[in-house]
Amino acid sequence: MTGRQRRLLRLAMPWLTLAVLLIGWELACLAFVVPEIILPRPSRIMEVIVQRWDILLRFCLETLWTTLAGFVMAIAFGLLLGLAVGASPFVYSGLYPLLIAFNAIPKVAIVPILMIWLGIGALPAVVTAFVISFFPIVVNVATGLATIEPEMRDLMRSLGASQWETLTKVGIPRAMPYLFASLKVSVTLAFVGSVLSETVGGNRGIGFLMLSASARNDSATTFAGLFAIALMGIGVYAACALVEQRMTRWAVRGQPSR
Amino acid sequence: MASEPLVELRNVSLAYGEGRERMVALGDATLSIEKGEFVAVVGPSGCGKSTLMKLVTGLLPPSTGTVLVHGREVTAPIPGVGMAFQNSTLMPWRTTRDNIMLPFEVVAPHKHRLRRHRAEYEAKAEALLASVGLAGFGDKYPWQLSGGMQQRCNVCRALIHEPEILMLDEPFGALDAFTREELWGVMQKLWLERRFTAVLVTHDLREAVYLADTVYVMSRRPGRIVKRRTIDLPRPRTLDTTFEPGFVEIVHELRERIQMEHA
Repeated sequence: MTGRQRRLLRLAMPWLTLAVLLIGWELACLAFVVPEIILPRPSRIMEVIVQRWDILLRFCLETLWTTLAGFVMAIAFGLLLGLAVGASPFVYSGLYPLLIAFNAIPKVAIVPILMIWLGIGALPAVVTAFVISFFPIVVNVATGLATIEPEMRDLMRSLGASQWETLTKVGIPRAMPYLFASLKVSVTLAFVGSVLSETVGGNRGIGFLMLSASARNDSATTFAGLFAIALMGIGVYAACALVEQRMTRWAVRGQPSR
Repeated sequence: MASEPLVELRNVSLAYGEGRERMVALGDATLSIEKGEFVAVVGPSGCGKSTLMKLVTGLLPPSTGTVLVHGREVTAPIPGVGMAFQNSTLMPWRTTRDNIMLPFEVVAPHKHRLRRHRAEYEAKAEALLASVGLAGFGDKYPWQLSGGMQQRCNVCRALIHEPEILMLDEPFGALDAFTREELWGVMQKLWLERRFTAVLVTHDLREAVYLADTVYVMSRRPGRIVKRRTIDLPRPRTLDTTFEPGFVEIVHELRERIQMEHA
């Protein structure tokens, strides 16, 4: 195989695996005569997606913006908290156990509480997306700060740098690759959060659409919703990966740049 | 008092930790450094050489004794110090030039002037880079440079704000022998031009003798100064100097003293 063919094959691999998976699914459904209500065939799901794309799109966009709103909050909050935890050993020992405890709580348990507080609608979904996705950001940013070389600290101190100067000139730039690496993880979690909230109780978004479809035994539409979420997930993940690549070229210096 | 030393250590010791974990890193050091003197500290590894450096710069307070700079007791990090470590700690997100300009962003009065006089400072950085043989590398990132080039930058960053005291903690330790010897020459040239006061911590005796006016030998932990040797070989010293009998003799003398520590 020439180098060019290898490259093309690598580019084609995700599509090939996807095709194999879908064809296998289709054939299995046909071979074992699986009723559509249990597991619809991929071709049926595609059919529904094409037929009902306008409704799907509307509900998708609702979910997308609640997710992104929660995600943006998570970035802002996670960055600040991560900087605080990473910069101060006192904040670290004070907050870290609490954060871990909070992260261990299944977020599905807090959605009903959020609904009591915030009613139904977009707000609980935004908040769920936020609380589920800020944790990796905090941990990563804090790690980036905590792993500053001791020599670098000595150097800054000997230059007479204030804590603030050390943070802005060394800490924050150094934490950036860690932040961007966490965004990819976080944004997919944010989707989990908002769809979770919509599914537990909501009147909008793709989660709600799936819930009401399955209540009508319309499995094909439910699965269409799943596909839509997966697609959006890939989209935002790719966007985050692109941003990461652009912002932290110095951290991925293994690859030839330019 | 015309001949007051720039740096003076009086019976300085330092211990890390408390109680049973207490460990004396440096025991009872007394030495003085003249302005413009190049001092080297050699000794077996783990003898508290780096500790000594941190004490002089005020990064660590001594457990007992006094550290004086300009006749004043040091209690906090003192201004006017440049530092270079074995690990170059250049920031990978900054170009070489921006790395070297770091002290201008932090040290007064430069940090207040930097914004308005940026061109002037950049010219300074370029000139310094050129003087260590790195002309035209200002726009490269540190990770695009070889190890030797990175250490040149490292030394530039330590010197750019014209500190009174330069602290060198095994800056050439991780380099190959040829690059290291080449950088001795660079270091000596910079010192002859600028005449800063320098403290070099190293375990390379030839490096110490090549560069220093005075070499201090430290004992094993707890580190103690066991020998002071003045090097009066004429400058500029060259690589040829290192093969001359006078040079070799001093190196042998120092080596013997250190070997006693291992006996």
